[in-house]
Amino acid sequence: MPAQVITITSGKGGVGKTTAVANLAVALASDGAKVVCIDGDIGLRNLDVILGLENRIVYDIVDVIEGRCRLKQAMIRDKKLPELYLIPAAQTRDKNAVSPSDMNRLVKDLRNECDFVLIDSPAGIERGFKNAIAPADRVLVVTNPEISAVRDADRVIGILEAEEKGPGALIINRLNPALVKNHDMLSADDVLDLLAVELIGIVPEDENVIIGSNRGAPVAFDPKSRAGQAFRNIAKRLRGEKVPFLDLDHADGFWQRLQRLAGRK
Amino acid sequence: MVAAKSPPKTSCYNLAIINSINSMNETNSLIQIKGLRDGLLVSLDDAPWEKQRVALLTQVDEQPAFFQGARLALDVASQILHVNELVDLRDQLSERGISLWAVISESPTTEKTAQLLGLATRISKPRPEEGRKFAVEDLGEETALFLSRTLRSGTRIEFAGHIVIFGDVNPGAEIIAEGNVIVWGRLRGMVHAGAKGNRNAVVCALDLSPTQLRIAEEVSAVLRPREDPKPEIARINKDGKLQSEYWSPG
Repeated sequence: MPAQVITITSGKGGVGKTTAVANLAVALASDGAKVVCIDGDIGLRNLDVILGLENRIVYDIVDVIEGRCRLKQAMIRDKKLPELYLIPAAQTRDKNAVSPSDMNRLVKDLRNECDFVLIDSPAGIERGFKNAIAPADRVLVVTNPEISAVRDADRVIGILEAEEKGPGALIINRLNPALVKNHDMLSADDVLDLLAVELIGIVPEDENVIIGSNRGAPVAFDPKSRAGQAFRNIAKRLRGEKVPFLDLDHADGFWQRLQRLAGRK
Repeated sequence: MVAAKSPPKTSCYNLAIINSINSMNETNSLIQIKGLRDGLLVSLDDAPWEKQRVALLTQVDEQPAFFQGARLALDVASQILHVNELVDLRDQLSERGISLWAVISESPTTEKTAQLLGLATRISKPRPEEGRKFAVEDLGEETALFLSRTLRSGTRIEFAGHIVIFGDVNPGAEIIAEGNVIVWGRLRGMVHAGAKGNRNAVVCALDLSPTQLRIAEEVSAVLRPREDPKPEIARINKDGKLQSEYWSPG
């Protein structure tokens, strides 16, 4: 079966795109899928750091596109998961080194090689973002429960619709149930009310995410972490499994609300 | 400054063989290129889109130095273009170092497509004579743009008539109408009715909570989102102030 090509984007920076890519890749590969991640953030690469593969980079995506190496040579195999590969971004070039048709060609060669291609989009809606969504079969939009991030997600979803890439599915990252309960943070309901797209996951705020990123071991490896569990659930949903949403709060009513959201298209 | 008239239809026939013979003249007869203050204006005619697209790209590839880094406005006459067609052309132009910034068209569908992609649909230079007359005549009571979709942040809809939206207008979207604006949904973006100074224009919505509401020259800041929204209508009252009131039957 040809690979599913999934681009993770957000509009706003710092909401957790790269973390989501790393964790979904780890979760999918731990489940036995063959996964290739592509870092689309040329000039500001960091997916390699979060996956702990920085010191293994020899060739990068621009080398492949400009024909200085073969595709296989730029695919770095993960230390722990033999079915997980990374194609790193170039650090010394910028987004204009790659065009949307370059990305289409590159991904076309990967489609028969693996089960999932995950593309990490840079922030913004310019060239790098256009490159990242060009080959996508499906787009995941990451947002945080705060107004500026939701506004940017709305803009990105609008562009995806205009470019006929479908409305995308939403990951709400860094939700803090205690703040929501005190009405100090937007709830998942508030976010969905505005964006009106399919929800594919809610990831609770969890300090283990930062610890994992700094160690080069994404939190999806950690069986005890709540955020890790949330990412593993999203990975299952990407494979078509029905998984209930996490019970982020034991207060009455919240679970029912999440269940209602899960059934929402 | 009237753009040159469309060439005779026979030139369409010539286009079919354009790739096989080196024929700058035929290409030129289909595509008119003029310099503007801030870029290039390319005028196409009503020949099939695919042929025109190829002709344009051929011409660009023949004179890369002339086009490199250009800002390009495209006058597509009455061509009906959809999103994928404009996206393809825009990407192909951008690969050649040309940025497409405006698409001018007599077709409302094409204008809508261009607006969806964030392209300008007017350029500062006056439109050809006949186009302008058309716009003025059409500014009657019955001219309205109907959109059945949610307008997301970054979308700007401008229309020389009324605008009717069946869907939500999210924060960050902008609606500018010379007539009235009616939203069957939540209005949370920026809305300007009577943009050319019509003080009788109104704005109505099922949930009227725009970030800013303007009618003619009057501007009103945030109307707070309501817990229990009701249909509402905003207009300029007798004292010349913006005022909104709930709709009630009868």
